[in-house]
Amino acid sequence: MPNLFVIFFGAILINNFVLTRFLGICPFLGVSRKVETAIGMSLAVIFVMTVASLATWTIQTYLLIPFEMLYLRTIAFILVIAVLVQFVEMVMLKVTPTLYQALGVYLPLITTNCAVLGVTLINLNENYTLVESLVHGFAGAVGFGLAIVIFAGIRERLDYAPIPKALEGFPIALIVAGLLSMSFLGFQGLL
Amino acid sequence: MSSLRVFWRGLLDENPVFRLLLGMCPTLAVSTAAVNGLGMGLAATAVLVASNILISLMRPIIPDKIRIPCYIVVIATFVTMVDLLMEAFVPGLHGVLGIFIPLIVVNCIILQRAEAFASKNGVFLSAIDGIGMGLGFTLALIILASVREVLGAGTLFGLTLMPAAFEPMKLMVSPPGAFIGLGLIIGLINYVQNLREVRRRA
Amino acid sequence: MDIKKLAVSSSPHLHSGATVRQAMLLVMLALAPAALFAVFHFGMYVVAILLTGVLAAVLAEVAILHFLKKPLSTVFDGSAALTGLLLAMNVPAGAPLWMVAIGSFLALAIGKHVFGGLGYNPFNPALVGRAILVASWPARMTAWVGPGLVTSATPLALSRAGEALPPYSDLLFGFKAGSIGEVAVLLLFVGGVFLIYKKVIDWKIPFFYIATVALMTWALPARGQVAYFAGDPLFHVLSGGLIFGAFFMATDWVTTPVTKLGRVIMGLGAGLITAVIRLYGGLPEGVTFAILIMNGLTPLIDRYTMGRRFGVR
Repeated sequence: MPNLFVIFFGAILINNFVLTRFLGICPFLGVSRKVETAIGMSLAVIFVMTVASLATWTIQTYLLIPFEMLYLRTIAFILVIAVLVQFVEMVMLKVTPTLYQALGVYLPLITTNCAVLGVTLINLNENYTLVESLVHGFAGAVGFGLAIVIFAGIRERLDYAPIPKALEGFPIALIVAGLLSMSFLGFQGLL
Repeated sequence: MSSLRVFWRGLLDENPVFRLLLGMCPTLAVSTAAVNGLGMGLAATAVLVASNILISLMRPIIPDKIRIPCYIVVIATFVTMVDLLMEAFVPGLHGVLGIFIPLIVVNCIILQRAEAFASKNGVFLSAIDGIGMGLGFTLALIILASVREVLGAGTLFGLTLMPAAFEPMKLMVSPPGAFIGLGLIIGLINYVQNLREVRRRA
Repeated sequence: MDIKKLAVSSSPHLHSGATVRQAMLLVMLALAPAALFAVFHFGMYVVAILLTGVLAAVLAEVAILHFLKKPLSTVFDGSAALTGLLLAMNVPAGAPLWMVAIGSFLALAIGKHVFGGLGYNPFNPALVGRAILVASWPARMTAWVGPGLVTSATPLALSRAGEALPPYSDLLFGFKAGSIGEVAVLLLFVGGVFLIYKKVIDWKIPFFYIATVALMTWALPARGQVAYFAGDPLFHVLSGGLIFGAFFMATDWVTTPVTKLGRVIMGLGAGLITAVIRLYGGLPEGVTFAILIMNGLTPLIDRYTMGRRFGVR
């Protein structure tokens, strides 16, 4: 059973959700133009992923397995996530309306963020305990946040660069992501 | 809009990956080998067509306020079916594609087509849109996967293509290679599109 | 009006191509002793590698600029040639020439020109090229050879395997296996100090980088060991690409912080990551990736160490 330290740093550095696992690419490319927005999005995702890990693990263990409804897993999980995101939206609108505005359409899109559903599925594939799932969900989101904030920093600077026209926008963003992913290769075999 | 136009649009002009820039997660993850790209593309197409049809049929019933969760349930149902069928009939491919099969449910393409097209058009056209977009997705997957497989492993669909002296560029089958490869392909497509526009204006 | 034409770019802020060229030439001068030693130590084949690296880089620059319909003047500022030289010095002495050429080309294409050219690249182009080579042909890039192109293990690899290590003097003077540029540690150090004296590079980055690696490799036990404060910092400082990287790669103006505190952080960060990878990672060498990661962090570092700017909220 891998210990929590390994799970935590593994999810952030070695199997970074965005740069290695390819989860969460849409918001990664979409919400990374400004560092502040990226930080805000990361916090929202950290909350959703951690709570989603908790909720889905509970549902799997106490509902789906005992009642042999494992085939309903995809439907059940995605509904839980959709509800969670609605909840986060309502709270954010009350507490930080500016961030709510800044995230715009990308906030409800956390529902379709592959990283959220992805981590819940990975937790179960790896047979993580409740605590391990929580740590993994949290760490995965932290890794996502790390990647997106670093990326936003680079993109802000690239706003002033004379990038060839055909590469403007998504192509250059993907190339930068590739170079970041390459730098993270250095962490392979670390744990 | 004629059904033929709807089909071609989804395949080329508004190719979901290369032009609409949707569905990147599975595109990047699954494109290590051409056969995986094909498998994922067809699975997603099946779900897309089925969900487009059903959502179009259910247009009069679905209340506007909760339409997104309704779409999600429909899509999730079909994804579950495809997941179970693949596990039964193509277990090898199912194992390779892993969590990206259930993740079809959050593939932005499917939800976007439901919202932008199937909820506003008839069943037949929605089905064609699904086929066009789905095959467009599949095409994009196969293109990226082919480039990665040929350069990164020297094979295409498992057949050795390159001479023995060729030393595969392993970067291409690793994560950075996916990002850079897709970025360069989209850049190339943009470049060609820009050239065509310049020529059209001249 | 296109805002890009009004916006101030990040460093380097230079007035003419001549100043860039001067700096590039000085760096090449600083590298020359180590490069010559490599020829003497490994054999004449090294000349072929270095020439391939530089020529491929310059040709790539010409081709890319032509394709992008940009003026060819920047070819002569020496930056492409330097990138090619740095890349060539980062490969094992037995590397095939086609690999060096591809590395040079990709370093310039993906490391520099997709971003708009010199001054706009977020990552060190030579390191981008090297990382691409390491990721693409890992066996070739770790096929270390010693004098006469005979396969031998690098000091770091020997250390990992728990085998006998060469004496410090060999490590210092360069009588060991490794990539072309990294072996002649003393000569590199002299070159680095020369560049600091000529104010081409800032002393803070190499100083804090090397100091951090020394401190951490002394204090922390390597994988599989238990003793704290029993490490061999001298060995680590003299091995691998640390001196080469600290003076010649981590100090690239464009991809490192502008602020003083930022540069200290860059040195500390690169040192931390290098030490961690060396002690616990899957690869024996961590310099390439450590610097690339810090390059990625540079925009954020600059942002948060910039301090109050007058007139801006």
